[in-house]
Amino acid sequence: MIDRKIDDVDRSLIVATQGGLPLVPQPYHAIAEQLGLSADEVMQRLRAMLESGIIRRIGAVPNHYAIGWTANGMTVWDVADELVDELGARIGALDFVTHCYRRPRALPAWPYNLFAMVHGASRAECSAKAEEIGVLLGDACRGSDILYSTKILKKTGLRLAR
Amino acid sequence: MRELSTVDRKILAKLQGDFPICERPYAEAAEQLGISEEELLQRIEQLLADKVLTRFGPMFQIEEMGGAFVLAALAAPEERYEEVAALVNALPAVAHNYRREHALNMWFVLATETKAGIAEAIARIERDTGLPVYAFPKEREFFVEMKLEARL
Repeated sequence: MIDRKIDDVDRSLIVATQGGLPLVPQPYHAIAEQLGLSADEVMQRLRAMLESGIIRRIGAVPNHYAIGWTANGMTVWDVADELVDELGARIGALDFVTHCYRRPRALPAWPYNLFAMVHGASRAECSAKAEEIGVLLGDACRGSDILYSTKILKKTGLRLAR
Repeated sequence: MRELSTVDRKILAKLQGDFPICERPYAEAAEQLGISEEELLQRIEQLLADKVLTRFGPMFQIEEMGGAFVLAALAAPEERYEEVAALVNALPAVAHNYRREHALNMWFVLATETKAGIAEAIARIERDTGLPVYAFPKEREFFVEMKLEARL
């Protein structure tokens, strides 16, 4: 495997923590014991992965529905190719957009190349946010849609094989 | 939906990141929240049991370790929806899956340890379901920061 940025020990740490940290006073010691490592090595390696971006962050991962964000809309836009990067950066900077990406179209079924996720307590709130995005895109946008989610079918996050 | 106490809300507001890496991380985080280590552990356990939290721990960015993360979608016929969802969800490579209102009514994220794993997962889903899968790999990321506070 070329281009691999983690070694086997890092991988074993990912496998041991991908489902969550142990809920004990010394979770890193518990992981160390499980893997046959020292607690210092576990902590050092986790710090290094956090620094390099392999770990985005450590903490609580909420179920957004359960904390009141019951509407989530994937807003999608067909934006002129020559303007999409400049406009995408401006959409991504809006404080209510949680993810924003440029993606390939899949014509004819899918004409949209800019995706921005918005959340709200209601669909009305999401569509108001989508309208703001639409205003920002102006004439560069040739079509758009909002895909509301109606059910979480799975939400486990990353799962490397043990 | 379950009621959230002031302390639960504080946990959600302060602990979606920056959980410390040290000897007694729960004790350190608890001190900042003004509660005891024992209470924090109990509350996290309860929030997980009540499915307010889906997980408590590190969130990984698989691309940074040489893997790939790709959004994909398919159009599942209504009468086969549950069967197709079960087939898709059965793959460990499927990290999230959402039902959405559109002709493309199933949107999932594939996370694989190698870049080649994505094509394999897509081929597998197409074979298992008999349905074409549309892949939407990101060409550019403008922003990602998924930290929403409780608003109940």
